[in-house]
Amino acid sequence: MLYFDHNATTPVAPEVADAMIAALREVYGNPSSTHSQGQAARQRLEAARRTIAEALGASSAEFVFTSGGTESNNLAILGILRALAGKPRHAITTAIEHPSVLECFRQLEREAFEVSYLPPDRHGMIDPGAVANALQPQTALVSVMHANNEVGTVQRVAAIAALVRECRAAGQEIYLHSDGVQALGKVGLDLDVLGVDLYSVSAHKIYAPKGVGGLYVRKGTPLHGIQLGGRHERERRAGTENVPGAIAFARAVELCSADEPIRCSTLRDRFEERILAIEGVERNGPLAGRLPNTSNLLFHGISGEALLIALDMQGMAVSTGSACSSGSIEPSHVLLAMGRTVDEARSSIRFSFGRYNSAEEIDRLAEVVIACAGRLRKAKAREVQLV
Amino acid sequence: MSEAAPIAVAMSGGVDSSVVAGLLHRQGNRVVGLTMQLWNQRRLPELAPEEGVTGRCCSLDDVYDARFVASVIGIPYYVVNFEERFEQQVVKPFVEDYLAGRTPIPCTLCNNFIKFDQFLEMADGVGADKIATGHYARLGFDDKTGRYQMRTSVDAGKDQTYFLFGLTQEQLARTLFPLGGMVKTQVRDLAKELRLPVAEKHDSQEICFVPNGDYAAFIDAYFKEQGLDPAATQGEIVDSEGKHLGRHSGAHHFTVGQRRGLRIAAGEPLYVIATEPSSQRVIVGRNEQLMRSSLFAREVNWLSIAPPAEPRRARVKIRNKHVAAEATLQPTSNPIRVEVRFDQPQRAVTPGQAAVFYDGDLVLGGGWIE
Repeated sequence: MLYFDHNATTPVAPEVADAMIAALREVYGNPSSTHSQGQAARQRLEAARRTIAEALGASSAEFVFTSGGTESNNLAILGILRALAGKPRHAITTAIEHPSVLECFRQLEREAFEVSYLPPDRHGMIDPGAVANALQPQTALVSVMHANNEVGTVQRVAAIAALVRECRAAGQEIYLHSDGVQALGKVGLDLDVLGVDLYSVSAHKIYAPKGVGGLYVRKGTPLHGIQLGGRHERERRAGTENVPGAIAFARAVELCSADEPIRCSTLRDRFEERILAIEGVERNGPLAGRLPNTSNLLFHGISGEALLIALDMQGMAVSTGSACSSGSIEPSHVLLAMGRTVDEARSSIRFSFGRYNSAEEIDRLAEVVIACAGRLRKAKAREVQLV
Repeated sequence: MSEAAPIAVAMSGGVDSSVVAGLLHRQGNRVVGLTMQLWNQRRLPELAPEEGVTGRCCSLDDVYDARFVASVIGIPYYVVNFEERFEQQVVKPFVEDYLAGRTPIPCTLCNNFIKFDQFLEMADGVGADKIATGHYARLGFDDKTGRYQMRTSVDAGKDQTYFLFGLTQEQLARTLFPLGGMVKTQVRDLAKELRLPVAEKHDSQEICFVPNGDYAAFIDAYFKEQGLDPAATQGEIVDSEGKHLGRHSGAHHFTVGQRRGLRIAAGEPLYVIATEPSSQRVIVGRNEQLMRSSLFAREVNWLSIAPPAEPRRARVKIRNKHVAAEATLQPTSNPIRVEVRFDQPQRAVTPGQAAVFYDGDLVLGGGWIE
């Protein structure tokens, strides 16, 4: 099986697996326990937190461990607005967020919040000017993802942060959240420079296991925990910490190198050059200003679902849209928001490359994609003839 | 590809298609399971029974069952979404037919335009030469005529050839019906033998996207969803002389031969003779007024034989549960229009239903009743 679906999840790096297995064997204490087993676990947990926080340009006290990206987004959005209870009632987000962000805002709408959903341009870019126009005196939260999971568009978060800070300088209580799940490890990151107040990350997108993630909470940002229980994580996230997961996450962060995005973009560009040369294929998303590993392509006149299945049967894993509850593919809300039609969205496939992909694998993929797309076009022509 | 091309099995999550997948796999074929997502059961929520939806196609339970069966057998499995096509080709014509005074058969449309068309295209795309379904019908090839032929199922009670008359030679050439030679109890035994987790599951009934068989409620709800007023289909009930007898709440509540639901007091039992879309009138009369000695079938498809130029004897079914009646098929000047002359008059010949022609167990062809 050749794997080209790294935006869905990544394989666990051998170094990360080693670190986690060692932790599972050695570090079993509860970090909240008073005895020395507990203290040993606490030390390892805090060391992991320090490693991750430093890599993000944050301080340890600003990083909360969670169970993953979905929990981080829930905690950020619901947590901050609950902390501001009884105060402002307006929030701004975008139409292309991950469901774990969009569903939080839909819940807030049911709780009588007003929410503005900003549409992207045809490349999936949110105009900071549109954020400026949507800001109201009672806006409490702006949430704009750093990089889109489906088309890879990297948003101008720093420009949006500047707008939010201006409001704050004028006395408004307003915060900026960004879902950084896809950006971590793929773009240079310094949260202090980026200027966000809350930032979600997930370990399994950077070659660590599922079940661990984190939320950056800038010092001074109010946040209520959203699950009830013990006073873990500075009362922001009740529940015994996933110590081996945190250790694995930290090891994975250490392994992220500045060269990796460059290597990935070389592979991606090599692939796109081949595929875009065939007729009736175009790119979804921008050429520049995009995640280095992501290529979302529209194959006109072909069912993306059929192409995905055909590729899988040839041992190649790719993705299209997001699976609905039955497991069938719904047209991507991101592509629809970018102005693609339902048919175009259903004809689009996401390829996302990663650390262990080789140039040979990319060439093999291109070869099989071209063959499968050709066969699907022929099949379609034959059926049309029969009707 | 070095390996043999796979067979794409249409898996609904029911016993029949699960056995097809299991059987073909046991026989050493490369098999891929596909479930067609055809209708979003969360649409038209007012139709959902309070105790929840069960035993209908495309319900989440059925998809879980199909996926579970595929994993037990050990074959690749995918769900494919044909919702838009299904609505355009099956649901809309179904509603429009009722409003035009006909009684449609959505299963035939689904077979013609989805299962043996779009599904076949999907199979092509994934590299499968053949498709297999759990239909109860037999397929063969006649060397003399060079035609693929369809015969009725060995299990007469389960026979589904009435719904399959619209298939083309090209479609038959690529289709397998592995259950056509079995009776249902054999299929259930096979399901147990193959240890399929759906062996005890109930058979599905009725029209898959219509809850509880209440198609009139479905049409009302679909109308409302589309922003139309169901009350606009109300009209008069009259006798064959045009005499006013009462009002009805929509012609789609009635089908030819129906007695129930007329709510008219009359000295003798009254039946629906016809529905008249232009005036939205429902015409009622006595039972003997329902008898017809002939009908015209349009869009006739000849399945197992070449189009006959001369009159031909056949047994003709005008409803799925109808006992096939002796008749003569009389060609008309239009090659795809046939006059069916019954030996004995038949009750409730219903526009929109199919007339399917048989010679013994051989399915000759069929068309839509005008």
